[in-house]
Amino acid sequence: MSYSVKVIDHYENPRNVGSFGKEEDGVGTGMVGAPACGDVMKLQIKVNKSGVIEDAKFKTYGCGSAIASSSLVTEWVKGKTVDQALSIKNTEIAEELALPPVKIHCSILAEDAIKAAVADYKKKHGE
Amino acid sequence: MFRPVYLDHNATTPLDPAVLAAMLPWLESRFGNASSRHEYGRQARQAIDEARQRVAAAVQAHPTEVIFTSGGSEANNLFIKGAAACLKPGVVGVSAVEHPCVLKPAGQLERQGWQVRQLAVDGNGRIDTSDYAAALELRPKLLSIMLANNETGVLQDVATLAEAARGRGAWFHTDAVQGLGKLAIDFRSLNAAGVHAMTLSAHKAYGPKGAAALILDKRIELQPLIAGGGHERGLRSGTENVAAIVGFGVAAELAAQRVAEEALRLRALQERLEAGLLAQGAQVFAQAEKRLPNTSYFAFVDIDGETLVGKLDREGFAVASGAACSSANPEPSHVLQAMGVAPEFARGAVRVSLGAGNNESEIDQFINALRATVGRLQGLTALAV
Amino acid sequence: MKLPIYLDYSATTPVDPRVAEKMIPYLVEKFGNPASRSHSFGWEADAAVEQAREQVAALVNADPKEIIWTSGATESNNLAIKGAAHFYAGTKGKHIITVKTEHKAVLDTVREMERQGFEATYLDVQENGLLDLEAFKAAIRPDTVLASVMFVNNEVGVIQPIAELGEICREKGIVFHVDAAQATGKVDIDLQQLKVDLMSFSAHKTYGPKGIGALYVRRKPRIRLEAQMHGGGHERGFRSGTLATHQIVGMGEAFRLAKEEMAEENKRIGALRDKLLKGLQDIEATYVNGDLTHRVAHNLNISFAYVEGESMIMAIKDLAVSSGSACTSASLEPSYVLRALGRDDELAHSSIRFSIGRFTTEEEIDYAIKLLHAKVGKLRELSPLWEMVQEGVDLSTVQWAAH
Repeated sequence: MSYSVKVIDHYENPRNVGSFGKEEDGVGTGMVGAPACGDVMKLQIKVNKSGVIEDAKFKTYGCGSAIASSSLVTEWVKGKTVDQALSIKNTEIAEELALPPVKIHCSILAEDAIKAAVADYKKKHGE
Repeated sequence: MFRPVYLDHNATTPLDPAVLAAMLPWLESRFGNASSRHEYGRQARQAIDEARQRVAAAVQAHPTEVIFTSGGSEANNLFIKGAAACLKPGVVGVSAVEHPCVLKPAGQLERQGWQVRQLAVDGNGRIDTSDYAAALELRPKLLSIMLANNETGVLQDVATLAEAARGRGAWFHTDAVQGLGKLAIDFRSLNAAGVHAMTLSAHKAYGPKGAAALILDKRIELQPLIAGGGHERGLRSGTENVAAIVGFGVAAELAAQRVAEEALRLRALQERLEAGLLAQGAQVFAQAEKRLPNTSYFAFVDIDGETLVGKLDREGFAVASGAACSSANPEPSHVLQAMGVAPEFARGAVRVSLGAGNNESEIDQFINALRATVGRLQGLTALAV
Repeated sequence: MKLPIYLDYSATTPVDPRVAEKMIPYLVEKFGNPASRSHSFGWEADAAVEQAREQVAALVNADPKEIIWTSGATESNNLAIKGAAHFYAGTKGKHIITVKTEHKAVLDTVREMERQGFEATYLDVQENGLLDLEAFKAAIRPDTVLASVMFVNNEVGVIQPIAELGEICREKGIVFHVDAAQATGKVDIDLQQLKVDLMSFSAHKTYGPKGIGALYVRRKPRIRLEAQMHGGGHERGFRSGTLATHQIVGMGEAFRLAKEEMAEENKRIGALRDKLLKGLQDIEATYVNGDLTHRVAHNLNISFAYVEGESMIMAIKDLAVSSGSACTSASLEPSYVLRALGRDDELAHSSIRFSIGRFTTEEEIDYAIKLLHAKVGKLRELSPLWEMVQEGVDLSTVQWAAH
């Protein structure tokens, strides 16, 4: 398996690894995937009062492409409103990381993680 | 150390120095298993892929048509048994002069209800066309006819034979192990004529023992002979012999590069040799036929071939008394018998097969040694009578 | 220190330089075809082949006449199983016993026999990877013709109770085949003592070249086989095809060295393995696969919980190791061998096979231990599963959002 330079960079130096307290104010948590499928992604967003994602963190159990996809989206969602974050498409992630066809599911999972985190945020904040 | 002059290149050939140089790293630091995913394995996999391309290019085949095996015998067995296992039993046609590693597997098929139809040859060892036409009427499902005979060197017009069989649904195989490096081989045009599979072997063309290939039209379905692990598209399992495969690739490439020039050089040596043989009263089998440029198969009346080659060995010339096979077979050559040569005379057969290392002076030395040896043996025969 | 460090000796071994040295003359001036009966090139090659046959026989205390050359253990396994099952099917029956953790060369061959009308029992192993003798006995039927059990498992290195199995098979008149590809040079094999009828060997797992193997075929009591490759009648008709002299010479020398050096070598390798084991057991949530007592000194198969396999391989690319068996490691399916040991598919972990060999150094083991500590730590830092476990969550109770 050969990885693109960008995948290797995110894998070697993952951005925004870590966790927020789930009950912290403004935090939305998305957990997608299953151990049996080989990938579990946890993406957390921290949204400020004006609805802008000011910070994001992730943890991923999965292959290099899954780690890179989730690392990348933590960078992308920052500074976006929650609704803008929802417009990130898996195809953009796959393209940015030059994922091979067998790894497209990693980008889909990352998109799902954003949706799940936003949904959790909205649920907690009564939207 | 004294080394005899080697005149048995149809049995096996010495390794070309370039082949050895290509192989050595794979016997030393590059030792990975080609199925391993780490760097050692990837290096080996890449080397095999390159060798596959070289072998394919040498015979105008596609790399995906190359199935590596441990030897020509295995490749022939793989085609005959492997193809038969995918078909309902029927007729398998094999020429009467095939190598045992075609004849015996075909014979094995009888136990599964197949019928073996031997294809007769004429007095010069060529497929008898009327017998072949009659055999085709039986609608054989499998046919195997060699490109060049290992004993006599006689060539078959495989493209024309395949053409005749085409449209009747037979799968046509040719054993081309004696052809590589001695003839230009074009699998694409053979394939277009109706040849579906072809056997090549490295050690007959200055490559190593232990590597060979079945070139296979991908439309042909085969059952593997060796199961387990799914190597070679599932057609031949077992850890790849990387060093030998790499050597085969280089040998095949060199063979294709050199064949035009080398065939002319060998042909000139062959003519020189045969002029000397005829002058001594030898009969050269199938002399008038299209033959390999390196092979001369001959006999003297009342001189036993085994005895003659033994004496020649002591004189410093390595020649063969028949096909190089395992059993010290007292039977006269099945090839000569199929050509209608009387068994007593066939027992006298001696094969000289020339190769890259041979030169004119060796031919002259050989002729001289042969004259002296034959003279002595004829003297003994005369005394015995 | 050369990177990547080779710790995959069970996939293949380097050719020992002493072996290569013996091989090269047979690639250069001694190039004759051993089947050539009429000149010294042939005799010289034939003599070398016969000497190698003696060397191979000597390692396993067999008669040289009981050794048949093949292209490798895969071919040997095919020849043994197909050859004996077909020969004895008429008198004994058409039932074959084997084990779920066998090499693909055995499993795929037995599957093919099933397609040809044989019946097969694939025995489970115990959690430690070892075959249960009572389960084996219970599987025997009146029509059982052949049993095939490997000596040493390629993935977890456990040593099956071959002596006991041999006794059972002999008593029941069952042909007993043993795949010993991973055993030569690692465990003592005495075929005068073991009641084994057929045994497969490979050169390239024991510092010999690829492309050559052998099959032991017992003479007393005599075992018959149907040949699988027909032609010139080489190897007394058991296996036709030109013998690759240099490879055979290499296998002979490799096995001679194994006989001479294995006692010492196994001590040294065992010490390195134990060091590696100790170093890795310091990492939390790791467990060894397969029995540690009935095991060759060379193998350590260890699972790291909550670390995904592919990212693990990526993280330790300075180590050439295997995450499955060499033949299946192109795919990322969980290893069928570990599954047979009862390792749950659902359990998130990665399993690495470390196999240590003749040229492994202590420095390399130290490096490996350090690297594993750092990388497992890093991947767990990244792992949401590890975080949950640290928080006391039982992962088996989690409802995962499948995708």
